Amino acid sequence: MIAAPSNRQRSRFVERIVFWIFRIATYLVLLCATYIFLDIGIKGSRTVFTRAAPFVNLKFLTEPPQTLYVFDYNGKKMELSDRQFRDWKTTHKEDVDVTSISYSAGGIWPCIVGTALLVIGSMTVALFIGISCAIYLSEYSRDGRFIRLIRVAILNLAGVPSIVFGLFGFGLFVIFFGWNVSLLSGWFTLGLMVLPAIITASEESLRAVPQGLREGSLALGATKWQTIRKNVLPYALPGILTSSILGIARVAGETAPIMFTAAYAMRDEMPWQVSHWTNFFFQGVMALPYHIYVVSSKIPQNEYTERVQYGTALVFLIVVMMIALTSILLREKQRRRLSW
Amino acid sequence: MVSLIEMPQALPQQLPRQNDRPLDETETAEIMIDVRDLDFAYGGNKVLHNVSLDIPAQAVTAFIGPSGCGKTTLLRCINRMNDLIEGARITRGAIHLGGVDINAPEVDVVDLRRRVGMVFQKSNPFPKSIYENISYGLRIAGVTKRSRIDEAVEKSLRAAALWDEVKDRLDANAFGLSGGQQQRLCIARALAVEPDVVLMDEPCSALDPIATAKIEELIHDLRTQYTIAIVTHNMQQAGRVSDHTGFFYLGKLIEFGPTTKIFTNPSEKRTEDYITGRFG
Repeated sequence: MIAAPSNRQRSRFVERIVFWIFRIATYLVLLCATYIFLDIGIKGSRTVFTRAAPFVNLKFLTEPPQTLYVFDYNGKKMELSDRQFRDWKTTHKEDVDVTSISYSAGGIWPCIVGTALLVIGSMTVALFIGISCAIYLSEYSRDGRFIRLIRVAILNLAGVPSIVFGLFGFGLFVIFFGWNVSLLSGWFTLGLMVLPAIITASEESLRAVPQGLREGSLALGATKWQTIRKNVLPYALPGILTSSILGIARVAGETAPIMFTAAYAMRDEMPWQVSHWTNFFFQGVMALPYHIYVVSSKIPQNEYTERVQYGTALVFLIVVMMIALTSILLREKQRRRLSW
Repeated sequence: MVSLIEMPQALPQQLPRQNDRPLDETETAEIMIDVRDLDFAYGGNKVLHNVSLDIPAQAVTAFIGPSGCGKTTLLRCINRMNDLIEGARITRGAIHLGGVDINAPEVDVVDLRRRVGMVFQKSNPFPKSIYENISYGLRIAGVTKRSRIDEAVEKSLRAAALWDEVKDRLDANAFGLSGGQQQRLCIARALAVEPDVVLMDEPCSALDPIATAKIEELIHDLRTQYTIAIVTHNMQQAGRVSDHTGFFYLGKLIEFGPTTKIFTNPSEKRTEDYITGRFG
């Protein structure tokens, strides 16, 4: 049956409209991504990169944040960091009208270190609990009502907003366990947050190991644990680790879970400057996402704070991108190596 | 934990050779595995009905029958591989190995599987080197002495007629072997722990005729040392390699006897129909 001409025209028109809606929606995504990356890339590179060799603003990457002092002196505009300003004062006795802007001089080195420490620790926690849990679920447990309940719990845990994790961590680790604002509290809070992703990824990787390898091993008189340890886990581990790297990006990026549990706005000592090694776990740290939050919402905004904001954001993006890239490269390498 | 017989106790210090095993004359003569009135079910689905048969020692026993007749299930009962399947269980009867009920609570399934090796339908070499594949069973049994492992690797590869083909590349990944070689590797791997019984679940179903011929020859040679139970779809194969044959149909053992009798003068009509290719 052939539609009447008017009808056909109508459907052609609808076809075209729908097509354009889809197309515009897709382009919109591209536009947003481009805008964000260009905006941060261009404004951030003014802080992070330099015109002269070594083309990277090493000071920004290797120094702690300092307060910036801005003032006019003999008609010249001076921008001095805390330390420079104090030196300057020793030689210049005259009074100047100074504006001080927090965090806007120096760099973000402690934030980079802090984020790295948070990522390493929380991924250790998450991988240990997550892999154990996945092994139990996929290798030991028999399907039943209780196991289904656990799976629902895992799914629900994945849907919990990060600020709730932050408050949970604050309540349990900071207050109840008395760990205070510390690396340890942050590790466990972030670790629990990515746990569902790790469990799911690990279970998938474990299930991808052919049943024949388990049976072959058991048939040779291996115990279940020997089989898992020698003939299942080694083949699942690369998959578990690569999938977990996406978890790393999340751990590195979240602000809400650490703002009550692990992050300091400003700290003068570096994490390794502790009186006793046990204190290492009980110290708060600075972190990239929290630093961005602080410099963009906790202090008065001006052109000087903007530099730090964009610079930090750019460094942060590069760090996360590098982690993601590593994950993709590792996965490709592993795909070529293991194929059943 | 009661050991099935004295042998597993000897592991890992020393794996006695099969031939050294003292023959206990009081034991039901020459019978290695005794299946008695066995019923088996996957959940509510009964797949074996009242199966009784004796698998003689140092001989090849073949299970034949159409797909889904329960022959693989029976084979997997003998090393309790069905324990891995949820809801699968023996509902009646028992299997005795050398006089010991293998499902008795005091029997350690790990000991059992060390005595009863298995070769699977789909060859399943581990993604490790050839050497590591063969030594796997010894290592998990706690053997650490390199010279002993080296010796066992060579011996079992020779037994599986694979030594000459792989002796120069023992460190190469087992996945690089051909399909037939992989299956012979799996046989060698099973032999390395010196079991009494070797179960083979359609070991040639994925192989070409030449590789199949090699494996059949191998089974023929192994018979003098091991008790072998083989499931096969291929009747000519059963005829060529086995001493005794059991014909299964719809979960029942229809006929069991010497292979020559089953193939030339079966007492059951259904056996004859199947063997002559009228169905199945």
